[in-house]
Amino acid sequence: MSAISARRTSSAAATRGGGVLPWLALPALVAFAVFALIPLIGVLLLSFTSWDTLGEIQLTGLESWKSVLTDPGLPHALWVTFLIMLLSWAFQTPASILIGVFLAGRQRYRELLAVLYFIPLLLSSAAIAITFKALLDPNFGLGAGLGLDFLTQDWLGEPGLAFGVVIFVVSWQYIPFHSLLYQGGVRQIPRSLYEAAELDGAGRVRMFFSITLPQLKYTIITSSTLMLVGSLTFFDLIFVLTEGGPGDATRALALDMYKRGFQANLMGAACVIGVILVLVGLALALLLRRIGGRDPYASQLEGV
Amino acid sequence: MTTTHTSRAAKRPATSGAHGRHPAKSRQRPNWLGGLVSWLWLAVVIIPIYWIVVTSLKTQSNYYLTNPFAPPADPTLDNYRLVIEMDFPLYFLNSIVVAIGTVIPSVLFSFMAAYAIVRSSGASRFLRGVNSLFLMGLAIPLQATVIPVYLLIIKMQLYDSLTALILPSIAFAIPLSVLVLSNFIRDVPKELFESMRLDGATEWKTLWGLAFPLTRPAVVTVSIYNALQVWNGFLLPLILTQSPDKRTLPLALAAFQGGPYGVNVPAVLASVVLTILPMLILYTVGRRQLLSGLTAGFGK
Repeated sequence: MSAISARRTSSAAATRGGGVLPWLALPALVAFAVFALIPLIGVLLLSFTSWDTLGEIQLTGLESWKSVLTDPGLPHALWVTFLIMLLSWAFQTPASILIGVFLAGRQRYRELLAVLYFIPLLLSSAAIAITFKALLDPNFGLGAGLGLDFLTQDWLGEPGLAFGVVIFVVSWQYIPFHSLLYQGGVRQIPRSLYEAAELDGAGRVRMFFSITLPQLKYTIITSSTLMLVGSLTFFDLIFVLTEGGPGDATRALALDMYKRGFQANLMGAACVIGVILVLVGLALALLLRRIGGRDPYASQLEGV
Repeated sequence: MTTTHTSRAAKRPATSGAHGRHPAKSRQRPNWLGGLVSWLWLAVVIIPIYWIVVTSLKTQSNYYLTNPFAPPADPTLDNYRLVIEMDFPLYFLNSIVVAIGTVIPSVLFSFMAAYAIVRSSGASRFLRGVNSLFLMGLAIPLQATVIPVYLLIIKMQLYDSLTALILPSIAFAIPLSVLVLSNFIRDVPKELFESMRLDGATEWKTLWGLAFPLTRPAVVTVSIYNALQVWNGFLLPLILTQSPDKRTLPLALAAFQGGPYGVNVPAVLASVVLTILPMLILYTVGRRQLLSGLTAGFGK
């Protein structure tokens, strides 16, 4: 649509910044407005209603908010989300930095490593969850097959173990990606810094802590932002792997929203959780931006 | 050193093959710890993948009896045959329709928007606003808005259709695509635009005749990335469809494992292999661009 109008008027407004350019942005803007912007406002509005997906949507004021905020399930879900966020960050970041620094070397075989490292990024969370579910099955999984007792545990049946499995599988899925980020970051550190340090007789460990790590500051912030904000939306993985269980040991916010909305048919309450998710995400992004002194999103995604 | 200039400088060699910018750190002692962790984690990554492939070639009875890592004594494709008989070709087709239906419009729309944002270079208040809107879209976990999306889709009478999956997926893909593409369009030398203008070319013609071909690596990267996201998407199909014949692959996988055939682990894993194959092919084709675009673009 706008394409046609753009063609017609563009010769007249060939000067830069003329009337044509805004039309070119219109299709993207409309698509984004209808299915992202309106829902964003909608989630707030719906949180003041009650709706069971079949009947009418009824305006019920703060009722949903009251019911969610007084529900002990909420602090639990917040705690689970926070713990997953923190532990997966604390495990993934050092490992990704170490691997990224190693991969940044120019040896041929390290290029091959980078290629293999990419594979988990091709798999869907559902496929990964299914695979680990089968691998960790206490009766027919790896432990039973190899006859190794320490592997033969009820991995997904015990709260603590199930939580650990979620952290491990998240790391399995995302460490490769973050390693590749750090690989790119390390390769952009000016070589001259290391040469100067070498002349001063600095060792490898010293160089890592006084050159590599400080120079990676913005990569660390970008990668951490992606990890932390991304962990808010781990849904598929947990849904297929544990369904929030055992009990509600792994019931994080995104899953809590789904269960309240689509299983308990309490759409108003689910929207309250949705609003909380949006707010937590925004707060995290702002916090990391303040730490980094600039907008992590402005820099991060050039050329994903 | 972390201004946009360094990133631009670094992107050039990256898009034309990421080799040989720095000489290898030669006189250094080897990085034992990094090497150890890297190889160890490589094993952690590769072993489950190896296990998926070998197990998918075993019969169900052999699966229980043999060492899990031993290659099958008599490899069989029966599992794949079973999976194909279980309507997987249909789910496959659904996934392809949704992926193509999402990727082409989202990349074209995003490219046009990115072009407009870069070319107006801040002169248009409207386009500045659009740009900040998309940036905001990156900071917000859009999955948190799925309930209004669900309501919207019902009101539009699209529930339980593939269109219902395509439309929100396009919207979700736009912020990131615009950001990446506009960063690359910014790298096109200004003189080229200027000479197009002097030749009397319209913006429309400059867009498709100059900017699009020159930023093709970025377009490929963004397309593959979006395709991956949609291909692996789970939440939207879960809430926006209900009939089995509208399932996309990830949903079909979960249903297959949860269903009566779920105990047949080799068959379940064969279905996993089948779902990865197209992405593996895309990755093989676009690997260089994807890896270099990712490492050059993200890590500045």
